[in-house]
Amino acid sequence: MSFWKIAWRNMQHRALASTLTGLSMALGVAAVICVIVVHSIVDRQFSQFAQGYHLIVGGKGGAMQMVLSTVYHLDKALYPIPWSYYEQFTEGEYASLTDVAVPYCLGDSFSADDQTFRVVATTPDLFDKIQYTTQADGTPIGYTFRDGRNFKSDQFFEAVIGSVVATHTGLKVGDIFNPTHGIGADGDKHEEFKIVGVLEPTGTANDRALFANMEGFYLLEGHALAPEDKKKQELPDEADYVADLFGWRVALFDGIESSIETDDEAPRYGYNIMGERVAALPESQREVTSILVLCKSDMHAGTLELLINKNPDSVAQAVSPLSQVTKLLGTFVSPIQLVLLVLTILIVLVAAIGIFVSIYNSMNERSRDIAVMRALGASRLAVMLITLFESILLSVCGGLVGIAMGHALIGLASPFVEARTGVALDMFQFDVQELILIPALVVLAALVGFLPALSAYRTDVAKSLN
Amino acid sequence: MLHVEKVRKSYREPSGEELRILDIPEFRLATGEQVVLRGRSGCGKTTLLNSIAGLTTVDAGAIRIRDVDITRLPEAGRDRFRARHIGYVFQTFNLLAAFTALENVMLGMTFTGQRRDPKRAAELLEKVGLSHRLHHKPQALSVGEQQRVAVARALANKPLLLLADEPTANIDPAHQQQVIDLLREACLSESVAMLLVTHASEVSDQFERVEYLEQINRVAAA
Repeated sequence: MSFWKIAWRNMQHRALASTLTGLSMALGVAAVICVIVVHSIVDRQFSQFAQGYHLIVGGKGGAMQMVLSTVYHLDKALYPIPWSYYEQFTEGEYASLTDVAVPYCLGDSFSADDQTFRVVATTPDLFDKIQYTTQADGTPIGYTFRDGRNFKSDQFFEAVIGSVVATHTGLKVGDIFNPTHGIGADGDKHEEFKIVGVLEPTGTANDRALFANMEGFYLLEGHALAPEDKKKQELPDEADYVADLFGWRVALFDGIESSIETDDEAPRYGYNIMGERVAALPESQREVTSILVLCKSDMHAGTLELLINKNPDSVAQAVSPLSQVTKLLGTFVSPIQLVLLVLTILIVLVAAIGIFVSIYNSMNERSRDIAVMRALGASRLAVMLITLFESILLSVCGGLVGIAMGHALIGLASPFVEARTGVALDMFQFDVQELILIPALVVLAALVGFLPALSAYRTDVAKSLN
Repeated sequence: MLHVEKVRKSYREPSGEELRILDIPEFRLATGEQVVLRGRSGCGKTTLLNSIAGLTTVDAGAIRIRDVDITRLPEAGRDRFRARHIGYVFQTFNLLAAFTALENVMLGMTFTGQRRDPKRAAELLEKVGLSHRLHHKPQALSVGEQQRVAVARALANKPLLLLADEPTANIDPAHQQQVIDLLREACLSESVAMLLVTHASEVSDQFERVEYLEQINRVAAA
């Protein structure tokens, strides 16, 4: 019988005490696992969300706010920029540096079952030309559709939805939905869009969004600039903006025909969900909230960022989403993670002290067993090792159960976290830091087991046998 | 086989005074011999057994078992020697409650540094009539069965010498004889010398050689 087996049997013999001390260790380790894995996933996911393009260009204001609203569909959108500015990337001075520019119009939402999802008005290029992430070997991964297809540019009221939206709302291809004006659930309902595609899960915040054809979005009530307000594109007060993002604009939906008539541009046409021909909003009456810009190279991206941000007359700012994410993680997430990690490690230390107390308190009752083993030929070192092994077994078994519990907890929480934040938690994802846990627990157990082991070492055999 | 020579052993009392327990000029035991050691309570019987087993060190003298003077061995050496060559049966059996009968016997083999032999452990339990109780824990065994396991455990490593410290003291008279018979037969069949401490004359009367500690220990005699 090996020393490990003897230690294991001793543990089994004191089943209740062993289970309780092991469980306390398991809970502590589970907490550590949750902190480590969740941080690792959040860190990676946050970085992954902002892949596929170099810059986000939007109205001047908080760079972080722009990243949060554009990439993560959180926070309020910044003040919009004119459509003409977007055209600088497609046919203007920035076009030579730009590979793909995808406009975003934000500000609408869709609510179902107490959850509100953002509606992003954009062009089909988002799904056709942007790769949302890369594989480990660097191969880019583009958007694919679980069901249906991308919306077409001439089908003004087509939309596609993210996987989480589909799961949570039950919406599917062929269904229609009415976006709500504003990002709260209590705004006015807009005209309906038809869902033509459901995206495969991407593990990004886009799983939680609905993507509508921008052409249709512009035709919705309150989304167009009045012709007479074309020159009124200077920035309003921040307070006004926060109070009502689109409130200063004139509701134009009923008067689109008249606005088209007064415009110099040749009208473009598309179709609504009834198949009827409708005219697009003149570009002069359009704005965009932000633009995702994929440059021809990293160097081009650096140049473009400089050109935009150093221009004192620019109405926009360019932000590298990755640098903002790094800043976000470094400023907020990492310190919180550190605090949580310290707290959970304290829980593990308390559990380890529990093991010490449990074994040390039992030394009196087991001194006879130790003496018998000594009488059977066990050396002092042998009984010391057996006691140490018991501490290590308790700690490691508790630790292993804790690792399993931690991952199970992550698995249980995953659907809720994904539905609320778009961050996909994978219960089978292990972090390299977890590898340190078991050796660390062995060392910790050896430390807390040392005093009881020393007590075993010093057991007076003759006295204990009497 | 066992030669105790000029052994002296004292304990220091809390008052600081030295209390001599053993002063034995000579005591011998031949290979396979079965000897009863008697003496009044507190005269040093258990101290002598512990000294022979190497559990207690002596102040002077030599204790030779097969020409190995265990008093000259370091503690680890004494532990190893005890594991390989000495079996010990206690008054209260001292089976480990966490282990089955078979494991208790195997435990006797654990500390020898040699290969453990589960087959021999099972055979020994069979020999003491417990082949049907191999996987029972001590609390599921009767007092008599527990003592039989203790005997099997003491013989697990084919020792040269078996020390039995009042092995029948806690057993009812009906089982006493069974245990004595078992010890004698087992030692005989394994050619193991036995030194048995007892107060019971009905036990000692069955042995050819009975030693009184008062006669071999000068301290006890005084």
